[in-house]
Amino acid sequence: MNAELHELAESIFGDAASNDTGFDAGVWATLEETGLARLTLPGEAGGSEGTLEDAAVVLAAAGAHAARVPLVETDLLAGWLLHTAGVPLPDGPLTAVAGELDVEGTTVRGELRRVPWARAAAGVAVLTGTRVVLLDPAAVEITEGTNLAEEPRDTVTVDGAAAAVVEAPDGAAAELRLRAALGRALLLAGAARAALAASVRYAGERVQFGRQIGRFQAVQQQLALAAGEVAAASAAASAAARVAADAGFAAPSTRLAVAAAKSRTGEAAGAVARIAHQVHGAIGFTREHDLRLWTTRLWAWREEDGSDAEWNTELGTTALAAGPAGLWPLITG
Amino acid sequence: MTATTLHRLPDLVPPPTELPPRTAALRAEVRAFLAEEQEAGRWTPRADVWLSGWDERFSRELGRRGWLGMTIPEEYGGHGASALDRYVVTEELLAAGAPVAAHWIADRQIGPTLLRFGTEEQRQRFLPGIARGEVYFGIGMSEPDAGSDLAAVRTRAERVDGGWELTGTKVWTSGAHHAHAFFALARSAPRDEQHRHAGLSQFIVLLDSPGVQIRPIPLLTGAHHFNEVVFDRVFVPDDMVLGEIGAGWKQVTSELAFERSGPERFLSTFPLLVSMLGELAGSTGIEREIGGLVARLWTLRRMSLAVAGSLESGQAPELAAAVVKELGTRYENEVIDVARLLVATPPDPGAEGGFPRLLADAVLHAPGFTLRGGTNEVLRGIVARGLGLR
Ligand SMILES: Cc1cc2nc3c(=O)[nH]c(=O)nc-3n(C[C@H](O)[C@H](O)[C@H](O)COP(=O)(O)OP(=O)(O)OC[C@H]3O[C@@H](n4cnc5c(N)ncnc54)[C@H](O)[C@@H]3O)c2cc1C
Repeated sequence: MNAELHELAESIFGDAASNDTGFDAGVWATLEETGLARLTLPGEAGGSEGTLEDAAVVLAAAGAHAARVPLVETDLLAGWLLHTAGVPLPDGPLTAVAGELDVEGTTVRGELRRVPWARAAAGVAVLTGTRVVLLDPAAVEITEGTNLAEEPRDTVTVDGAAAAVVEAPDGAAAELRLRAALGRALLLAGAARAALAASVRYAGERVQFGRQIGRFQAVQQQLALAAGEVAAASAAASAAARVAADAGFAAPSTRLAVAAAKSRTGEAAGAVARIAHQVHGAIGFTREHDLRLWTTRLWAWREEDGSDAEWNTELGTTALAAGPAGLWPLITG
Repeated sequence: MTATTLHRLPDLVPPPTELPPRTAALRAEVRAFLAEEQEAGRWTPRADVWLSGWDERFSRELGRRGWLGMTIPEEYGGHGASALDRYVVTEELLAAGAPVAAHWIADRQIGPTLLRFGTEEQRQRFLPGIARGEVYFGIGMSEPDAGSDLAAVRTRAERVDGGWELTGTKVWTSGAHHAHAFFALARSAPRDEQHRHAGLSQFIVLLDSPGVQIRPIPLLTGAHHFNEVVFDRVFVPDDMVLGEIGAGWKQVTSELAFERSGPERFLSTFPLLVSMLGELAGSTGIEREIGGLVARLWTLRRMSLAVAGSLESGQAPELAAAVVKELGTRYENEVIDVARLLVATPPDPGAEGGFPRLLADAVLHAPGFTLRGGTNEVLRGIVARGLGLR
């Protein structure tokens, strides 16, 4: 792992005031200054030419600190989509979504639901059918909504001129979906790790029956189970980033890896959040306590960019199609 | 508390390891060989083959092809290959459900341990036979009163002229009735309650030594796998002391990192999963269940590979190995549950092969998955210690 990048990301996200809600402009400014906001994009798109493995390091830290910034959306999704489609990138935070719009020339009409961070974005990249559309937030109507973690998931209504309309590159829809799921899996792994860290710390501080609750074997066994889930989530997400970096998003091995990673991190999310709350007792169930920053994200993110149920269905379909003789080559491929 | 003050956790799993491209050819070769053997009807795929598939012909054949003792240097009859090459071979064998029990312990654990702690003479004596698939070993750790708590072993090693005399009883010794020798953990100094791990030593005991008595303990299926091994003043010469006297605990823990993280901890039931896919061909509405197993399996393999990569670079990631084994053995039980829920064919322990037989073997062997090599409760204790909770 890139230790320097890890330290940098930790220091940036660690400075965030996590108890607020909404876009964290301070952290975003630092991400832009340090080149992390567009880490994986090429230089001509204002990017830092980092790899997906670099992004994995930064996103795990973003998830661990519950960072309130559209980093996946800007770097992995909108930035990539616009750049590959040949559309110059607007400055500032971006967001991306796949959805149905009526497009005629440069006039677009329709409604896009649950668009992450739309209210904070300087540009909304939309993949609709065979087109890539760039919307200027000033020219659309935004109705605010949130996910379970109070992160913006807004409705965008458009009826008028787009900032750009171009042909979508081949395979854009499939790649956008995989990129989103990979980004989400990395954030999930980071949040799961932080929820465990908070629980281990709490178990070492909270005293009942005259000793720290972490001294009780029942509590230790629960935290060890959570640690197993965190290990699986981190391993799956970072291995998927590695496979995608090596093989590219068009490779079947990347499709399998990302599907497995999103499914496995989603599964871990539920288990870790449940144990973290159990260990924290009533205090963790309050708004005053930070635990919710991670657990509400775990619950929100496991359903986003393809729930584990959805990716499992895809994996199961692939496995059944491969059949008895093809299953092992599928796993090792 | 704010997110700034995140509690630091240990690394629960090493960074991802990619198999080097050269292993693709090796994998293809092993796969072709296994297909050929199966077509010739030399064995039938079974669940939990690394426990029950004792087949000395097969082990020798693997030895002949250079697929045993792979990481042992050539001077000792091995092949000087990397742990990742070995990983590829072992996972192919397990996935195919091939009979690997005879050489398993010797190849997995004994070879690396002899290389690490053995004397030159011990290496020359045992390693070439292990690499040929002709010399089989057991592990003599457990005792009637020392299972999870290995520091409680009571087998005594007394200093005598030219060596040591062992007296005591080992239990659950896999394959002792076929094996040539085993590593016995014994107390070479009286027990000290303040330092429970001190005073333990390992000895290489030839199982045909005078004073060794081996008694079968049938599994619940009736199969002969386990044994009780009783020592009555068994003489072990000085040159068969393994490593240092008194360093037994340290040696045993380093051995366990090899034992715990391998693909056998999640592939014991893989032949059942494969067979289940065959039974389910054409069915719909089951994709989600199957996909859930695939996601877990894919992840476990990546975790296990990461540990293999870390072992290769000379580390002994005890914590990560415990995590992999704990998750892997629970996953194996989930495979059985899904198979039962999705396929309405009852298990048949008398069937030649196929789904009913694989399900029967898997169900009857399942209790062992979460016991052998350290129970899941004990593994979670190791993880809790790693988290700083004890
Ligand atoms: C198939 C198989 C093959 C084996 N092969 C070998 C072999 O070749 N050589 C060898 O030496 N041994 C072998 N073993 C033995 C194996 O290592 C032991 O069974 C295992 O370590 C557990 O010990 P035990 O059976 O004495 O159970 P115990 O230690 O008596 O445990 C019983 C129960 O209590 C729980 N428990 C015990 N202590 C604690 C604790 N501190 N905290 C929480 N829970 C606890 C355990 O988790 C378990 O659930 C084999 C076992 C099996 C099943």
